Amino acid sequence: MTEHERRVRAEQRERFDFAVIANWIPPGERVLDLGCGDGRLLRYLNETRGVSGYGVEIDHESVLGCIRNGVDVIQMDIECGLSGFEDDSFEHVIISQALQTMRATERILTEMLRVAAEAVVSFPNFAYRANRAAISEGHMPVSEDLPYDWFDTPNVRFFTIVDFEDLCRRLDIEIRERLAFDEAGREVCEDPNLNGSLAFYRLGRRS
Amino acid sequence: MSPENSVGVVAPQRAQFNEPLRLQSGAGLPGFELVFETYGTLNADHTNAVLVCHALSGSHHVAGHYPDDPENIGWWDNLVGPGKPLDTRKFFVVGVNNLGGCYGSTGPLSINPESGKRYGADFPLVTVEDWVAAQARLADHLGVHTWAAVIGGSLGGMQALEWSLQFPDRIRHAMVIASAPKLSAQNIAFNEVARQAILSDPDFHGGYYADHGVVPTRGLRLARMVGHITYLSDTQMAEKFGRQLRHGEHKFSYDVDFEIESYLRYQGNKFAGFFDANTYLMMTKALDYFDPAYDYEGNLAAALARAKASFFVASFSTDWRFAPARSREIVFALLHNRRRVVYAEIDCGAGHDSFLLDDPHYHALLRAYLENIAV
Repeated sequence: MTEHERRVRAEQRERFDFAVIANWIPPGERVLDLGCGDGRLLRYLNETRGVSGYGVEIDHESVLGCIRNGVDVIQMDIECGLSGFEDDSFEHVIISQALQTMRATERILTEMLRVAAEAVVSFPNFAYRANRAAISEGHMPVSEDLPYDWFDTPNVRFFTIVDFEDLCRRLDIEIRERLAFDEAGREVCEDPNLNGSLAFYRLGRRS
Repeated sequence: MSPENSVGVVAPQRAQFNEPLRLQSGAGLPGFELVFETYGTLNADHTNAVLVCHALSGSHHVAGHYPDDPENIGWWDNLVGPGKPLDTRKFFVVGVNNLGGCYGSTGPLSINPESGKRYGADFPLVTVEDWVAAQARLADHLGVHTWAAVIGGSLGGMQALEWSLQFPDRIRHAMVIASAPKLSAQNIAFNEVARQAILSDPDFHGGYYADHGVVPTRGLRLARMVGHITYLSDTQMAEKFGRQLRHGEHKFSYDVDFEIESYLRYQGNKFAGFFDANTYLMMTKALDYFDPAYDYEGNLAAALARAKASFFVASFSTDWRFAPARSREIVFALLHNRRRVVYAEIDCGAGHDSFLLDDPHYHALLRAYLENIAV
């Protein structure tokens, strides 16, 4: 694959991710996007659904990217939680393929459902068939949704659909909807922990 | 800084305001004058004006230089000019010396029309709120109904914030840099040390030193020295001076031993040579009193409810005078009110004074934000 093809694929993939998330965000809502990168998702949500909100990001270049994209961004480290953000101050909190880059997984999930009644989470499924194959051949997986070599990955938490759902149960988080997709972007219904490369969740508080 | 993107030769202007101004303290001024500079051109719709507010010792001379004094370059020249982050090809930029200042606007050095002598200590205390009220008169004078942005660092940032509260419909973007929504006890404590240095100088004469033909230079010098410590970071001081010795050995005297002593003395002397002691006292009080939440039982979010502007808030990692947490207070109060806000926490080793430097990332952020402001 050439660099150009890789970029085009990544962009297609990204648009696809955005569309899945946008589907869960009613038009005109107010959202918080954790680990928002250069604000592309928020910009997409704003342009396609009139959604407003803020991104939270720690990386300096990404913050600059947000400002260039006209996205409101707050630079802070969410590993320390979301103190300062008031309870129920957003309709949705999103964390799109960033949860695996943070250490304080439990705290972040709990905090997300403090500042909003519903959370949207997406992450790469480490137990995806191709990833299992790589491990069985003796290598850390490198795939569409885990595109980094082991020695320069930003990911610090490697978990599976089954693991994530166990954690939700332990934290008393309600799974309201789950979608899983393979590397080609096809929705997976059968055994998502084996066949799903990327997982999306709509989470709520169990009341 | 390459000269081709300098605003070049500039000239200060004056505006006279004859309507009395009632001050926050209850005192009043029968009228006043402001000295200011402008760079760039006001567009036909008057939508491209940006006000630059100065901090404690700043002035209206924001950018460029004077024909007879090429060394006297504006204090934020690295920001303002054609092609610079605050681009004078796009914006009409205004710098103003605040009321009570000592660079030409009506202040303690001006002649009191009632006595025919310099105001000195009789000049009333003015606050951030009063400055903004006076700046609004200047805006009227210039034909600026709404600022595209008001920008400032430190005490200047407080003015940008105050603009959004006092005149919510006259400011579209508030750019609040290295600032705070109010001073902490520690901040006030440093100011009080600076004031006591001046007040206890035998040459102060209760503020009427001009009548005695003297200047309380010792007090001013000390005030500036203590202030300067708070503008720099520990790291930067360590890097710049460390424990370097002036004479290569310990002298066992009270003369300059360490380079840092020499630096502080130099800064103090320089400042005492041109800045007015009464203005300095007043500026520090304006800082101390600033607290928009004061009338809202300390609830900043309630105080900021009337703001309508979009905000750019930035802090610097090594600024301990107005640490990042102080900026976050503003950010979260704005979030509470669902205001648009961008907040950047910039890695810069230079402490509070970082806001005056041209750190590439800092300037890239300012440029990106300013580029997106429609005019």
